[in-house]
Amino acid sequence: MWLGTLPFFAYTILFLFLPAGEVLVGAFKGVQHGWTTANITQLFHQPYLNAYKGSIEVSVITALLGGVFGLLLAYAAIRERTPRWIRSGLTTFSGVAANFGGIPLAFAFIATLGTIGIATQFMKNDLGIDIYAHGFNLFGKTGVEVVYLYFQIPLMVLVIAPAIDGLRREWREAASNLGANSIQFWRYVGLPVLMPSILGAVILLFGNAFAAYATAYQLSSGTVPLVPIVIGAYYTGNVFNNPHLAQALALGMFVVLAVMMLVYIPLQRRSARWAR
Amino acid sequence: MRSRRFIAPSALVWLVIGAAYFFIPLLATLLFSLKSNQTGKCCTLAAYGWVIHNGDFWHTLKLSFLLAIETAAIGLLLFVPTIYLVHLKLRRLRALIAFLALVPFVVPPIVLVVGLLNLYRGAPTWFYDQPWGFLVAAYVILSFPYMFFSLDAGFRAIDVHTLTEASQSLGASWPTTLLRVILPNIRAAALAGSFLALAIVMGEFTIASLAQFHTFPIFLEYTNETQAYPAAALTLLSFGITWVAMLGLLFVGSRGGSRPAFLGGGRRT
Repeated sequence: MWLGTLPFFAYTILFLFLPAGEVLVGAFKGVQHGWTTANITQLFHQPYLNAYKGSIEVSVITALLGGVFGLLLAYAAIRERTPRWIRSGLTTFSGVAANFGGIPLAFAFIATLGTIGIATQFMKNDLGIDIYAHGFNLFGKTGVEVVYLYFQIPLMVLVIAPAIDGLRREWREAASNLGANSIQFWRYVGLPVLMPSILGAVILLFGNAFAAYATAYQLSSGTVPLVPIVIGAYYTGNVFNNPHLAQALALGMFVVLAVMMLVYIPLQRRSARWAR
Repeated sequence: MRSRRFIAPSALVWLVIGAAYFFIPLLATLLFSLKSNQTGKCCTLAAYGWVIHNGDFWHTLKLSFLLAIETAAIGLLLFVPTIYLVHLKLRRLRALIAFLALVPFVVPPIVLVVGLLNLYRGAPTWFYDQPWGFLVAAYVILSFPYMFFSLDAGFRAIDVHTLTEASQSLGASWPTTLLRVILPNIRAAALAGSFLALAIVMGEFTIASLAQFHTFPIFLEYTNETQAYPAAALTLLSFGITWVAMLGLLFVGSRGGSRPAFLGGGRRT
């Protein structure tokens, strides 16, 4: 009977667990032979430490901004008096935009805010504002953050919308019957109920940005210091003196994401309490 | 108090800001794609002509599409029997399989490809050097979470026990039950999972790039470096592909939900 599940487990072991194990084991191997922790200790030195800092910074900033804007947008679309078509339109668009990452997304922004982008040229020629003269650079960390929000905000909308649906109208009416104003409602009822869902969603957004590679690669031509970019440079470039270092970098990413999941799962359980 | 029929002002402000952020890049890409290569001025369809007459474009688009179909097929072959058995007899396994299906979130593509490249370096060339082997093996893993949640929801909506008992008492064998009774009933969920796999594979860059296979996103990246205006046309096309996949998902979702599971279509006896 359980033989029918065997192909699934075999596949998972062959193409998920063995490769993950290979990264784990390879991270502790020396260039010639034998075991070493040198690869791991290198992670705490430059330029690798900077790459982790950069990755975490970009992920935290886009998770927080994406979280805030996504929440505001989802609430604006769901709240009473907003026409229903706006909500269904936003949900469908978010489904597309959350999946629209990587190379095409980066290029859409290059066509918009790049040095000869349509919006850049429009602001320069018609409004007299040269954003590049004011320190904006699409091809650095700020640019990566602006572009990442294009898939972070929609993901927040998708994840948080069911939680906002769970905010019952009766609670709002009960609060206002007891004399609470709008700020008091959010301070004492709305936000505390939503908080586990919001935190869970923001953690998910963090992981989403942390794992992203293609968008940043295309934008910066592989120069912005992020961990996936550094790993990618080992395989696409010719700096291949120590493949175990790439594995150590990958292991570091895995550790950060695993810690993230350990925080996420209890929050998920808690927020499920208020669902429906 | 103002009329209740009108949208709240603050909601309107946020929706307008959101719409601007999300639509301006698309509009700019469209304008960019209409520029002329010689003069840099609007408007010409030359960029689209370049795309249509490019052999690499058709070649890589076809390759990515076929890879997406293979990914969806293998994903379904792995998950349909497993989730069926889990819902029928092995309920205790559900938590384990849900956990395994979520692991790809902790092992991102960039980590997965590093492991796969090192692990299978000595593997036979029909696997290691072929997109049909190596690349699809990785893509099936990437589609795990989406396949699992689509199919799990599909199986939850039908009465697996009754369907199976009815089929068996009429003398059907196990393969017949699975193929002709269960599969038609979870068709919508299977299609939903397949559309998500399509969206993933048509846009996946990380693994294809590091393992050096020339798929559609790689062609797009190469065009970005060399041909600015056709690249804008390709970007819009890629966005369109994601739209088609998501609308397909929405379509099968709305149809699958309203149909009574028992009276599922596809009966051709």
